[in-house]
Amino acid sequence: MNSGDTAWVLMSTALVLLMTMPGLAFFYGGLVRRKNVLSILMQCFIILCVISLQWILFGYSLAFGPDFHGIIGKLDWAGLRGVGTLPNADYAATIPHSVFMIFQCMFAVITPALIIGAYAERVKFSAFLLFTILWATFVYDPLAHWVWGTGGWLKNLGALDFAGGIVVHVSSGISALVLAIMLGKRVGYNHRPIRPHNLPFTVLGAALLWFGWFGFNAGSALAADGIAANAFITTNTATAAAGLTWALIEWWHNGTPTILGVATGAVAGLVAITPACGFVNPMNAIFIGMIVALVCYLAVAVIKSKLGYDDSLDAFGVHGVGGMWGTIATGLFAEKAVNAAGNNGLFFGNANQFLVQGMLVIVTIVFAVTMTWIIFKIVDVVIGMRVEEKNEIVGLDLTQQSEAAYTVIE
Amino acid sequence: MKLIVAIIQPHKLDEVKTALEAVEVHLMTVTEVLGQGRQKGVTEVYRGAKEAGGLLKKIRLDIAVNEDFVEPTIKAITKGAHTGEVGDGKIFVLELTDCIRISTGERGGIAIG
Repeated sequence: MNSGDTAWVLMSTALVLLMTMPGLAFFYGGLVRRKNVLSILMQCFIILCVISLQWILFGYSLAFGPDFHGIIGKLDWAGLRGVGTLPNADYAATIPHSVFMIFQCMFAVITPALIIGAYAERVKFSAFLLFTILWATFVYDPLAHWVWGTGGWLKNLGALDFAGGIVVHVSSGISALVLAIMLGKRVGYNHRPIRPHNLPFTVLGAALLWFGWFGFNAGSALAADGIAANAFITTNTATAAAGLTWALIEWWHNGTPTILGVATGAVAGLVAITPACGFVNPMNAIFIGMIVALVCYLAVAVIKSKLGYDDSLDAFGVHGVGGMWGTIATGLFAEKAVNAAGNNGLFFGNANQFLVQGMLVIVTIVFAVTMTWIIFKIVDVVIGMRVEEKNEIVGLDLTQQSEAAYTVIE
Repeated sequence: MKLIVAIIQPHKLDEVKTALEAVEVHLMTVTEVLGQGRQKGVTEVYRGAKEAGGLLKKIRLDIAVNEDFVEPTIKAITKGAHTGEVGDGKIFVLELTDCIRISTGERGGIAIG
């Protein structure tokens, strides 16, 4: 056991918590209208509560527990039975098993929280809660097992996902698109501009995401070592390249760069480097960042309006699209010179890794689409996913939570 | 008695107030409002989506005056708010039928000043 590694992973755990609350909560909260900001904060906060418990009770065991035919973890570790202070060498040999468990807990928390961006401003709170628990159990936990769990079938095929490009971002982003389409557009979308109510909140949230992401990516080395340092540097580099590139695209396309653009580009950069950060060198991280800004800009500014779905806060456009590019890019730019435990990508003579990464994306899309469709149908029948139109117009803060974010008159 | 309603550029409020004080008009109600005139609003861009027709921020002044003060008030507002560009704003003059000072119960012209 190594006290330096243990301290770094514990610290990283706290950093990843910061990403959900307040990072993501304020990133999303600023983008909605003032009548719905508390609903976003509430959803992020309650996910932190609910999934933390789900993880301890059975989620961790489903994702990382003893393998059952490559598809799921057995429930041997439910209630943290056998998950103690001794290291589990399969996952991290130098830190307590319990530290690995709580670090992974924060990933399980943020993933369903990312989906909030797709159904923002129109989802019923009770339905959101049931959907989140089912999605975490039947989409996140199995997928985490496939890609990261010992014995997981995608892991055995050689899939590379350093910190969750597939498990966290593609899974949530694709599910977000399915939800946005199934739930339908917000009342008034397309007829009237829906403007962000507080961009400083959004920028604050994006900055906290960037800060917390060092724990997410560099912490995924599960040690305070050179791989962690590489992940830290590639994360910062790709994010910087993506934020700048987005601003330049806007400048050229619209005449002015915007702070929302820089913040969105930066988050897209963070997403794209996530699967690659521990396998690629910083120079290639620049390419990953520049290209993700381009593809995500196309997704949110061009494709979304052409296809007409209402992904309210671009959970798919940023996390889904950015995560897919990052996963593919890992198959291009990965090199054993950076991380001997990884593999070489296409540009380093290993075309097979590129194909594996492509298959990883396709498998995740098929799985996430199917499961999200089923879970949506179930929750829609049992509770009803969407609020009544009159409640949507009044706002979710008042109708779902009986409170208001801002007073106009004391 | 008249009620003078003026819509002006927000950054001109200080100059208008100074000009009004110079002609002994000290009582006014100021509100932040949104509107559009010949400027036709602004275009905002969010994640590449252009949204034209956003309303512009303006300041609205409500000033109740006796007849002697109508012209000086109009002149003071015009002096303070004028730049010569579109968007400088407008002044409306309305008939005022009564005015009551709540603290004393005084009515009419005496209650205005």
